[in-house]
Amino acid sequence: MSSSPQRSRSRKLLSALGPFFGLILVTTLFMAMLALKDVADQMEKEKDTLQGFSGWQQAMKSSPYDGLKAFTSIANFKTVLSQTVIVSIGALGMTMIIVSGGIDLSVGSVVALTSVLGATLLNKGWGTASAVIVTVLAGSAIGLLNGTLIAGLRLMPFIVTLGMMGVGRGLAKWVAGNQTVNYPIESPISNLMKMDDLDHLLPLPQGVWVALGLAVVMSVVIRQTIFGRYIFAIGSNEATARLCGVRVPLQKVLIYAIAGIFFGCAGLMQLTRLTQGDPSGAVGLELDIIAAVVIGGASLSGGSGSILGSMIGALIIQALRNGSSLMNWPTFTQEIIIGIVIILAVGLDRYRQSRAKT
Amino acid sequence: MTPRLRMTGVRKAFGATQALRGVSFEIGRGEVHALIGENGAGKSTLMKVLSGAYQPDAGRLELDGVAFTPENPLHARQSGIAMIYQELTLAPDLSVEENILLGSEPARFGWINRPRRRELARRALAELHHETIPLDVPVGLLTIAEQQVVEIARALIGDPKVIIMDEPTSSLTQVDTENLFAVIGKLRQRGVSVVYISHFLEECQRLCHRFTVLRDGESVGTSDMRTAQLPEIIRLMVGREITEIYPQTPHTLGATVFSLKNVAGETKPRSVSLTLRAGEILGVAGLIGAGRTETLRACFGLDRLIAGTVEVFGREATRGTPTSRLDSGIGLLSENRKEEGLMLNRSLADNLTVTRLSPLARGGFINRRAQQDCTQRWMERLEVRAQSPAQPISELSGGNQQKIAIARLLHHEAKILLLDEPTRGIDVGSKAAIYRLIGQLAAEGKSILFVSSYLPELLGVCDTIAVMSRGVLVESRPTTQWTEHEIITAAIGSGSNDVSTHA
Repeated sequence: MSSSPQRSRSRKLLSALGPFFGLILVTTLFMAMLALKDVADQMEKEKDTLQGFSGWQQAMKSSPYDGLKAFTSIANFKTVLSQTVIVSIGALGMTMIIVSGGIDLSVGSVVALTSVLGATLLNKGWGTASAVIVTVLAGSAIGLLNGTLIAGLRLMPFIVTLGMMGVGRGLAKWVAGNQTVNYPIESPISNLMKMDDLDHLLPLPQGVWVALGLAVVMSVVIRQTIFGRYIFAIGSNEATARLCGVRVPLQKVLIYAIAGIFFGCAGLMQLTRLTQGDPSGAVGLELDIIAAVVIGGASLSGGSGSILGSMIGALIIQALRNGSSLMNWPTFTQEIIIGIVIILAVGLDRYRQSRAKT
Repeated sequence: MTPRLRMTGVRKAFGATQALRGVSFEIGRGEVHALIGENGAGKSTLMKVLSGAYQPDAGRLELDGVAFTPENPLHARQSGIAMIYQELTLAPDLSVEENILLGSEPARFGWINRPRRRELARRALAELHHETIPLDVPVGLLTIAEQQVVEIARALIGDPKVIIMDEPTSSLTQVDTENLFAVIGKLRQRGVSVVYISHFLEECQRLCHRFTVLRDGESVGTSDMRTAQLPEIIRLMVGREITEIYPQTPHTLGATVFSLKNVAGETKPRSVSLTLRAGEILGVAGLIGAGRTETLRACFGLDRLIAGTVEVFGREATRGTPTSRLDSGIGLLSENRKEEGLMLNRSLADNLTVTRLSPLARGGFINRRAQQDCTQRWMERLEVRAQSPAQPISELSGGNQQKIAIARLLHHEAKILLLDEPTRGIDVGSKAAIYRLIGQLAAEGKSILFVSSYLPELLGVCDTIAVMSRGVLVESRPTTQWTEHEIITAAIGSGSNDVSTHA
């Protein structure tokens, strides 16, 4: 039952830093593997002269370490960051939903729908600002519908959003006329992910700044506002929240609607990345996002999770992808590895919690 | 003749609480034996020892004259002890047949012998003269009484020697109760012994041969049911003098702030009327299942009211939600601390301030510092033993958790406090602190509705005591005009007439 304050504090610190350690572990592992691969490549290249252990030592000195350099370069770092933008913006909304004890499976479809909608509006000559606002609101409208069905009819979030996954996908194809939608290349939307100077960290692509800014805002909202604390209250114990006067149904509708805003933003980022609206894109994106949130330390049964954790979770997934492709591993290997990492992350979390209880 | 089952000197402690302090109990073949006692007297603990759920600290159990130490419920069941719990333990989606043989399916290599299973299920129901219950229907579609028959049929499968029934009639209608008595008669004829636990003494009188009274974890008397008088049994149940010291804080009663008129919920309560005045501590006594919790929940807007009116501070406010009740200054302390009352994985500060965050926030943004300071102040005032306001509440003892749950109402500045079993499952020191606090609150002019199953605390703390029985608030009087005996009589619902005719 009781534990010393030091232990409890260090435990809390450890659980907050858990995802960080994961990220460091993943990058270190890949750096080591890439270095080994570089040395092995070097031996292969000069296999006439380099043989045995001494050859290995020679190769270690003479290798140009191209793979390792590619992984640790600023350009690669910026690439990973910009590739993380979509998943991380989606994870901002998903963190709220998962902390409240819910789930949203319709994100991939919503992203496809909003990206197609954005492209169509821009094509019709709408101004950037109005197109962005309408696109984001469309994402929010789907969330509002999800939330209303879940809170109003007391349906399971899993079922409602599973249905909405199909509805959203169908709507996207309908809006797009079943094909990809191009939009004017001079639109500011297309520059969101542009990288100007690959040799220096700054300036970061605009999209990364957007994601960072939204993450800071959300982090404050869920930690510091009454609205945010009520999310934790509902996810932690819905009966208690009700007893304490939290308007649980209203709160849930708001959670899904606000999350929808983020999914709409993610749709805009998708539009930038693909340079066109694709109604059959972003399939399975919701699972990447859920994985990021869970790797970041949130519990699927609700009541715990953090924005920082989810952001690092998104980075871990992208670092795995990036490292695997630099290792020249086939995509199926990446998929297997990411799957294993999700299970490991959650398993470690459970183990830590069960240790903490005793 | 050796008795079927004999228990001697059984003791069991939970931490510092001595739940059983030497119980002896004995039941013969084919006997129906009533186990009687107030809430918390140790009946359930004793039966859990017998059915293998708890290991006794001391004492001896004998089954048919042979020493018997049930290691777990399965072992007890295989030895011939079957327990039928107050809440039914059937799987509602499985069929009657599947439920009866659940866990003891006739099978070879994991392959169920369906014709045999059907035969066994049919035979079990036939023995209870309930062949009419269809075997293929999901149990969830049956009436409660039929479900209970299925439950008993399941107990019969292991060919039990002793069946324990814990409050079997608490959710039954009169007709169903009669049917159950017929079933018990059948069991007796088979030579099965039945331990019958019930608060309803008149049922015990009709049904049982002998009775044993438990009080404060001790067996205080065993006697023949036919020659016993109801007042005598009640005297044995109550027994003790009120020795615990309840701190008295002088307080005066003001105007009526909260009143219920003929309030009824969907199943319970059936009819409750009461008035609560400023500075009043109003106790609500009754047996478990009398509808006291349901009354509080309905008043607080957690459950639906189907009839009656509620007035808050002189204004009609029958319809309400928890949010509106909190807004009008009413707070509820849930009896179910772990499942409803608290967010166990959140901090003390989060739990304490959740209903009223606005004074700790500016423009919707919570000031963490202020939240922690505020929590710290309440922790000091209520002497909560914890490391810091940021500590998860699950790490605290029950008493300290309860203090935080009450502090939530104080922080909310509730003027009317609905307290449901505020001292359940907490240590004596915390209990005394809570009694003292309730007295102080009344002195400040706050009103307290105090539901408790522990009579001495109601008698020690309350200005007025109301008694509920089977969903109805039967009587309310100033505490000084009640005796413990009268309260129990009213709660059991046999009515004072019954007692006097027997006397």
